[in-house]
Amino acid sequence: MSQTFPISVTVNGKAIEKSVEPRLLLADFIRHEVGLTGTHVGCEHGVCGACTILFDGKPVRSCIMLAVQANGHVITTVEGLATSEDNMHPIQNAFWEAHGLQCGFCTPGILMTLVPFLEENKDPSEAEVREAISGNLCRCTGYQHIVDATLLAAKKLNEVTE
Amino acid sequence: MKPAPFEYHAPTSLEAALELKAQHGDDGKPLAGGQSLIPAMNFRVAQPSVLIDLNHVPELRHISKPNGAVHIGSMTLQSTAEHDALVAEHTPLLHEAIPNIAHPQIRNRGTVGGSLAHADPASELPVVALALGAKFRAQSAKAERWIEAKDFFAGLFATTLQPDELLTEIAFPTKTPNTGYCFTEVARRHGDYAMAGLAAVIELGANQTISAAKLVYLNVGDGPVDAVSATANLIGKTPDAAAFKEAGRIASQEDMSPYGNVHATPEYQRHLSAVLTERALAKASERAKAAK
Ligand SMILES: Cc1cc2nc3c(=O)[nH]c(=O)nc-3n(C[C@H](O)[C@H](O)[C@H](O)COP(=O)(O)OP(=O)(O)OC[C@H]3O[C@@H](n4cnc5c(N)ncnc54)[C@H](O)[C@@H]3O)c2cc1C
Ligand code: FES
Ligand code: FES
Repeated sequence: MSQTFPISVTVNGKAIEKSVEPRLLLADFIRHEVGLTGTHVGCEHGVCGACTILFDGKPVRSCIMLAVQANGHVITTVEGLATSEDNMHPIQNAFWEAHGLQCGFCTPGILMTLVPFLEENKDPSEAEVREAISGNLCRCTGYQHIVDATLLAAKKLNEVTE
Repeated sequence: MKPAPFEYHAPTSLEAALELKAQHGDDGKPLAGGQSLIPAMNFRVAQPSVLIDLNHVPELRHISKPNGAVHIGSMTLQSTAEHDALVAEHTPLLHEAIPNIAHPQIRNRGTVGGSLAHADPASELPVVALALGAKFRAQSAKAERWIEAKDFFAGLFATTLQPDELLTEIAFPTKTPNTGYCFTEVARRHGDYAMAGLAAVIELGANQTISAAKLVYLNVGDGPVDAVSATANLIGKTPDAAAFKEAGRIASQEDMSPYGNVHATPEYQRHLSAVLTERALAKASERAKAAK
């Protein structure tokens, strides 16, 4: 029997207490232990960005972190963006309106990358948006609609704060 | 894939971390940002029996500039160093290089010391460390020593750190007068490992000729490649296009032996390195002239 460690993690505002094996990846903890399957797992080696979450407010890859390392930390997943089913985050609405997704596999990682990016960059250029999503792979959209959706999201976010 | 089982330790002081390293030696793998180690464990290319997680060792996260060098604790995040004012002002080469390491999501976990200890020949930081003549502080439970950059890297993914040692701090010399620095690389997509790239340092003497130079390349050998013939040939020359072109030719033909990879043949890596040399030297000498 291998060792397990008790951990307590805040996920989308909720305190979660579990015992985990140290080799459990954070992405698998989120999906299988917490039951939040919005965080997707594509490559498991940090390349595709599908598993991106916010760790203490900053975007990181959850597939190349251990769940034990999240002990005492605050995590936000894509499920934490909307306040309710009819009250989506402005970036989610923008992705919907501008066709920022097709199959949706990459979308959670892209949103979790862009939410902090748009907080720091209120009026990004197209080139800046492309660089911001350079660490996220999408096999469907060709990226153009993702860029359009992001620029629309920036506009929406500015309207919200005005 | 998932990592094989291992024993996990999360020491909360440097003393405890060094004690664990002494006890487990080569079997005890330090876990820094995990951005290289955990992918390798997921693939089971790496199957360490013991992990020593350094993320709870506060002594290893710091940036300061005591005298003539910016000292960076090994566990300092790449993203912290990227946005640090001391780094930006006093070690412009390091400041320019860091945004080329992977993507923001990776730099938010990856550490300065982890990248250097990993010693990937395609990495940016080893090139910067060698170009600036950085010093590496290695500590064990019994002793400590400072290692020169040229003695730290020991081939593909290898360093001269001993089984009981941890890399605890790196000292990057601060910029000097009449000297210009430039880091540049070419990757297929921003954030990917580069196909070629270099750090260039150029110092202009009293008569506006080149009095010192350094050219260090990534991904064209077993570690950061110091182009000694090309730099020797630059000394005493006027910093002009002809001199820079010749430096690129010598560096790419004589100083390096690229392996090539799926994205670039060795010939293409040599070609890129030569072109980037010209650009980097032009930029560095412009900056040297402005750095009076
Ligand atoms: C998709 C992707 C793209 C990437 N692109 C780039 C890139 O373009 N350029 C680049 O340079 N890097 C790139 N990286 C790697 C990244 O920079 C890593 O963060 C870095 O190589 C390792 O740092 P780490 O802190 O994550 O170390 P870890 O992965 O935790 O450790 C790496 C190795 O160093 C050892 N180690 C760590 N700290 C110490 C210490 N203090 N003392 C002794 N040994 C130690 C570990 O035991 C391990 O063997 C990329 C990674 C990913 C996932
Ligand atoms: S699943 Fe984490 S980056 Fe691909
Ligand atoms: S929408 Fe299908 S991968 Fe991006």
